[in-house]
Formats: sequence, C-alpha cells, structure tokens
Amino acid sequence: MLQDTLINQASVQAGWAEKLDQLIAQYKSMPGALLPLLHAIQDELSYIPESVYPKIARALALSVAEVHGVVSFYHHFKTHKPGRHVLQICRAESCQAMGSEGLEAHAKQCLSIDYHETSQDQAITLEPVYCLGNCALSPAVMLDEAIFGRVSKADLEALIQDAKKTEAQA
Amino acid sequence: MSTIVYIPRDSSALSVGAEKVASAISQEAAKRGIAVTLVRNGSRGLYWLETMVEVATDKGRVAYGPVKAADVSGLFEADFLNTEAASAKAHRLNLGLTEELAWLKQQQRLTFARVGITDPVSLEDYLAHDGYQGLKNALKLSAADIVKTVTDSGLRGRGGAAFPTGIKWNTVLGCAADQKYIVCNADEGDSGTYSDRMIMENDPYVLIEGMTIAGIAVGATQGYIYLRSEYPHALAVLNEAIAKAQQAGYLGDNIIGSSHDFKLEVRRAAGAYVCGEETSLLESLEGKRGLVRFKPPLPAIEGLFGKPTVVNNVISLATVPIILHKGAQYYADYGMGRSRGTLPIQLAGNIKQGGLVELAFGITLRELLYDYGGGSASGRPIKAVQVGGPLGAFLPESQFDTPLDYEAFTAIWAVLGHGGIVAFDDTVDMAKMARYAFEFCAIESCGKCTPCRIGSTRGVEVMDKIIAGTDRVKNIKLVRDLSNTMLNGSLCALGGMTPYPVLSAINHFPADFNIKDAAV
Ligand SMILES: NC(=O)c1ccc[n+]([C@@H]2O[C@H](COP(=O)([O-])OP(=O)(O)OC[C@H]3O[C@@H](n4cnc5c(N)ncnc54)[C@H](O)[C@@H]3O)[C@@H](O)[C@H]2O)c1
Ligand SMILES: Cc1cc2nc3c(=O)[nH]c(=O)nc-3n(C[C@H](O)[C@H](O)[C@H](O)COP(=O)(O)O)c2cc1C
Ligand code: SF4
Ligand code: FES
Repeated sequence: MLQDTLINQASVQAGWAEKLDQLIAQYKSMPGALLPLLHAIQDELSYIPESVYPKIARALALSVAEVHGVVSFYHHFKTHKPGRHVLQICRAESCQAMGSEGLEAHAKQCLSIDYHETSQDQAITLEPVYCLGNCALSPAVMLDEAIFGRVSKADLEALIQDAKKTEAQA
Repeated sequence: MSTIVYIPRDSSALSVGAEKVASAISQEAAKRGIAVTLVRNGSRGLYWLETMVEVATDKGRVAYGPVKAADVSGLFEADFLNTEAASAKAHRLNLGLTEELAWLKQQQRLTFARVGITDPVSLEDYLAHDGYQGLKNALKLSAADIVKTVTDSGLRGRGGAAFPTGIKWNTVLGCAADQKYIVCNADEGDSGTYSDRMIMENDPYVLIEGMTIAGIAVGATQGYIYLRSEYPHALAVLNEAIAKAQQAGYLGDNIIGSSHDFKLEVRRAAGAYVCGEETSLLESLEGKRGLVRFKPPLPAIEGLFGKPTVVNNVISLATVPIILHKGAQYYADYGMGRSRGTLPIQLAGNIKQGGLVELAFGITLRELLYDYGGGSASGRPIKAVQVGGPLGAFLPESQFDTPLDYEAFTAIWAVLGHGGIVAFDDTVDMAKMARYAFEFCAIESCGKCTPCRIGSTRGVEVMDKIIAGTDRVKNIKLVRDLSNTMLNGSLCALGGMTPYPVLSAINHFPADFNIKDAAV
C-alpha cells in the first residue's frame, strides 16, 4: 500500500514536470502571461507550489521574488494544497443583512477550523469571500464552483456532510 | 408537438436549484411520455421567484415559480404544460403571463431588453431579438460620429464614477498610436451588485457587440474582459459566446465583411477588490501585482502596456448597442437632470423581492424598497440601506425619498455607484457596520499609500474600543480624524471612500454608537 502511494506520487510528479513545461510553452508568448499561467497551474494542482516559481521566472524573464510577489498579492491564489473541497462563505454586506455571521460561526464549529484552514480529514478548506453576485438570494456560499443561495444553517450542514463523503471535483 | 419550457441557467437561479428542476422536468416528462423541449434561458431577474419555469404559449410565456424539484410531479399532475387547463390555472405556483407581471411590466428595460428572454449562448436567438443592429449602424458611421452618438446619448460610466463615456472614448480616439485597447471592467467587486454578472451570463453578445463598437469607434483591435474570479459561470458563457461570434464573423478580422478587425479575450481576475480600480486592473492584466497607478496619465492616454485604452464597466459597454441601434436621443429621452437613460438597479440584502429593476433615473429609493422590494424579507422595519457598494454611504429612512440621480446622491453625501441597494432591518448594529467598512478596507488595501494602509487598520482598532464602550466621545473624534485623513490623502477611492460608510453610520445612527447625537 505505502509503496503504491509512493509510486503514484512519483508518477504524478514526473507527469507534472512535463505538464508544467507544456503550460509554460502555451502561455509564454501571451501578453501579460503571468496571471493566466498561474490560473492554469492552480486549475491543475489546486494550488501553486513554490517549486514552480523558478521555471516561471525564467520563462517570463522575471525574478523569483517578482513571481512570489504576484502570487501573494492575490487572494485567489493558494500557496498550500487545500482540502478536497473549498467552501467559501460570503461575508459581504448583503449576506450580513441576511445572517451570514451565523453561517460563518456554524461552519467553523462544524468543521472545527477557522478561515484559511482545512478540516482534519482534509475534506474541506474554509475561505471567506466578499460577494458572489448572489445578493438577491443572500446569504450565499460557494462549494468548489457550485453556488448556493438563501442558505440556512441546516442547508450548510448538509452541504458539508455531502462534501465530506465525496471526492474532489475533477 | 413538443412544448417549449424555459428554465434559467443564471447562477443565482442555479443557487436555488434550477438544475435540479430542469432534470426533474426532463425525467417526469419522459416518464409520462410527454414531449418537452427545454431551453435554458437567462433569468428575468425576479429572484425571489426563482426557479421560475416558463411555458411557451400562443399568448406568450406563462410562468410558474418559485419551483422546487419536489414541485415538479405536482405540476405535471396539474397539467401545467397545458396552460389553458383549469388545474394549471389553479396551481399555487402559477404566476400568469410573465410579461404581465407588474414587477416586470413597469420596468424600462433597455440594456436588459433580452435578458431572461433568450438562450444566452444562441447567436441565432440574439440576432432574432435585435442583436447586432447597433453594430450594423455603427459600420455606416465615421469613428467620430459613433463617438458623438455615445456622447449625445448622455451615457455616463456605470462602474460608479459616472464619467461621460463618449468623452472618454473621444480622448482615446484623439490619440495616435500603433495599438489601442478596449478593456471591459468585469471585476464587479461591489457587494450588493450583480448586474454585470447578469449581462455576462444572460446576454453575453450584447457586451461583445458593445466592445466591438467601442473598438471600431476609437480604433482599437484588441479587447480584454477582466472577469471576477468568483464568476465561473460567466466565464463559461462568455468563452462560448466569443467562440461562436468569432466563427460567425462577428469577431476577428474583417468583422462582417468590413475593413475592421477586433479580437476579444477573457482574462480571469484573482480575487483582489482593488483590481476593479482601473489602473490596478491594468497592472493586473499586465501580469503584475495590482498596485494602483498615479493618475495622470489617464488610461485613455497611457493605459494597457502604455497604450491608449478605453476602460469601461460591463453595463456601460452593454448599453452602447441599443444607443447605436435606436439613436442617441431615444436613450437620452429617459432619465432626469444630468443622469440620462436608465440604470439597472439591484435590490439586495434584507428585502422580500430582490432582483434586477431597470428604470429611468429619477425613481426614489422608497419606491424601489417598498413598491418593488416589498419591504424587508424579515418583515421588520427597514432601518438603513447602503447604496453604491462597500464604499457607499448608509442612508436612514429620512433619506428614502432621494431620487436615483448621481447629483441628488452627491448632494446628500452619498454614492449611487453601480446601482446596488442593500437593505438592513432594525436588527442591524451600525457600529458593527462601520467597523466592517474599515476591516474590508484593511483586507483589500493595495498598500501603496499610508492613509489607507494604516488608517484602515487603526480604524478597526478604534471601532473595537467604541463598541466595547471605552472612551466613546474621544474615540469617535479619533474616527473622524482618521476618516478625514483617508478622505483627503488616499491615492484611490478604496481608502478615499471608506469614510462614506463609516461617517454616514455615525452621523445618521448615533444611538448605535451610544452617543446622543452626531455632533461629537
Ligand atoms: N462597480 C464596482 O464594483 C465598484 C467598486 C468600487 C468602486 N466603484 C466606483 O468607482 C468610483 C471611482 O472610480 P475611479 O477612481 O476610476 O474614478 P475617476 O473619477 O478617477 O475616473 C472615472 C473614469 O473617467 C476617466 N476619465 C476621467 N477624466 C477623463 C478624461 N479627461 N478623459 C478621459 N477619461 C477620463 C477615468 O480614467 C475613469 O475611467 C467610485 O465612485 C465608486 O463608486 C465601483
Ligand atoms: C477600489 C475600486 C474598485 C473598483 N471596482 C470596480 C469594478 O469592480 N467594476 C467597475 O466597473 N469599476 C470599478 N471601479 C471604477 C473604475 O476605476 C473605473 O472608474 C471604471 O471601470 C470606468 O468604467 P465606466 O466609466 O464605464 O464606469 C473601482 C474603483 C475603485 C477605486
Ligand atoms: S487608497 Fe488604498 S487601495 Fe488605493 S492606492 Fe492607496 S493603499 Fe492602495
Ligand atoms: S454580498 Fe454575498 S453574494 Fe453579494
């Protein structure tokens, strides 16, 4: 078992190096390539490991510090591997007016974590978000790319339980 | 004969189960051997009625809503597809003819003319509903005349700053350059707003057409849509629509046989509020951190990659086609004072009937909150509304008769902005809202200038003391001082306008700060 896992990891890594080269080749000549490339990497790996900085820097004629500066500026880019699912709870005004504070507290309690943390079973990473454009149906949350409106505490708990059972989205 | 049934694909409709309703209807129809053709349309914007299912009839579409998947077998039992049947008419979810719903009928939908009616990704549908008429007219005009038409319409930037769109375009037209750009600001950072999202998800071609006309008007051949990363559905719809427009010759080289080229690409933002500020946005598009640039130079003169660039909000650009189609005067005939045309207003927060209301400028907040909104969702009194996003002022009941007009809002030290209206009932604690305004600014500050970077963090600390009851009078004075520094010393409106929600909360709701009146 353990050996299988190690072999699997090794092959993902090997495949990844090629994939990264391919992505870099694909985006390199695009004007303003850095953000699209970072998005593509995060789409692939669900985060942006620091190990990719040097290759990106070389390809786009930037310093590693510049790449790091960009990754860290944007809330969307994750520097650590998140759980299998990402649950975002809207904290902005319209959702506050409809009780999002209660939802936030409930999610933290159900998962025994705070924002920017991952549940112990690696199922869910909890993130705040500031408007999902679903303000007519506040309070709103987003699980991976699925959006939910008029969310009650019971709805949220059901979502969390479901997510814990299911694998990550492809 | 197969009956056509419309079920929205808009993400807010999806958020309350539209996908489940769609599959329940397909399955139930198959089980019963009834032929239905599902069309995934956009949302009409009556969100409290989503999922709204519409059935096509000779007299127009008949609506049912809000439909849950669990209602579907009951709808079939009531023969809901046969809208003339007594059982269908008597069904508790039957809303009658969609177009006759007062909430919709009283609106003046110009920018949103097609939204909810068409299949968003169908170019044929777009063309069958007056699509690309504006572009056809534009191609008959000189560049200067297109710009003049937009200027004469009175259209002002719908992103919030209300700068006249035609004048901005004229600056870009007047610049000589080997390359110019059209950038659509689709970052829609303001909470309580979703009209940009609705256009992109529900009528993407109108934005594409507007950007194409802008390109032809100022001589730009490349466009970018800088899209909020929180909008994955809009991304998918835009990419599909762009590909189809390109295939059909509406984008690319020699647009519909003319001598004009225009290419368009969507770029994903990455979750920084400040990147909705146009110069920060341009930095981000160039692949950098979103630090705000000093103005001047204006983006119109030195914008993306240093080239003359039109930066416009989604709604500004999506309004251009109807202006070019129906004429400047047609548009300018709507509105009041210097606010010409219509505004797509978004009702949000604690409101019974939330949704998209497009009307000529001039309607009052009270009419919107009660006649359209139906009062609060909780049934309690509405205590405050915030208009214009997180940088907008809070308004008390005594100001609800203010008409929606840029100048009328400025006159009461408030902001109309992008037209988002967020209602709060009397359980809201305005001191907490003031604290949140500072907190949001602290989280989203780009860090380039001190009043914003330091002021916002200090603001949170001082608000905590006020909420805890420590030295209230002294600390409120401190908040006022901090706010003045931010108002006068910030480089952009993030730091510069955070004092609007903060000070309006103190001034209009002193009791929530445990002070007798706002004079302290
Ligand atoms: N829609 C949202 O989500 C959102 C979020 C935050 C803030 N805002 C709004 O943003 C506003 C502030 O925006 P801003 O800082 O860009 O305002 P601004 O007044 O600096 O600029 C407005 C627009 O006019 C252009 N402009 C000004 N003078 C010009 C000239 N002579 N020629 C050509 N173009 C010219 C600017 O480049 C800009 O595009 C606030 O009022 C707020 O309401 C909107
Ligand atoms: C902090 C900040 C955030 C902004 N966010 C947005 C935004 O999300 N969408 C938008 O259209 N304009 C936003 N603006 C306004 C833009 O800077 C700019 O005025 C606008 O895109 C111009 O387009 P318009 O003239 O069509 O409104 C923001 C401004 C500031 C200061
Ligand atoms: S006001 Fe804030 S966001 Fe704007 S430039 Fe200054 S630090 Fe950056
Ligand atoms: S404020 Fe929560 S979805 Fe807009």
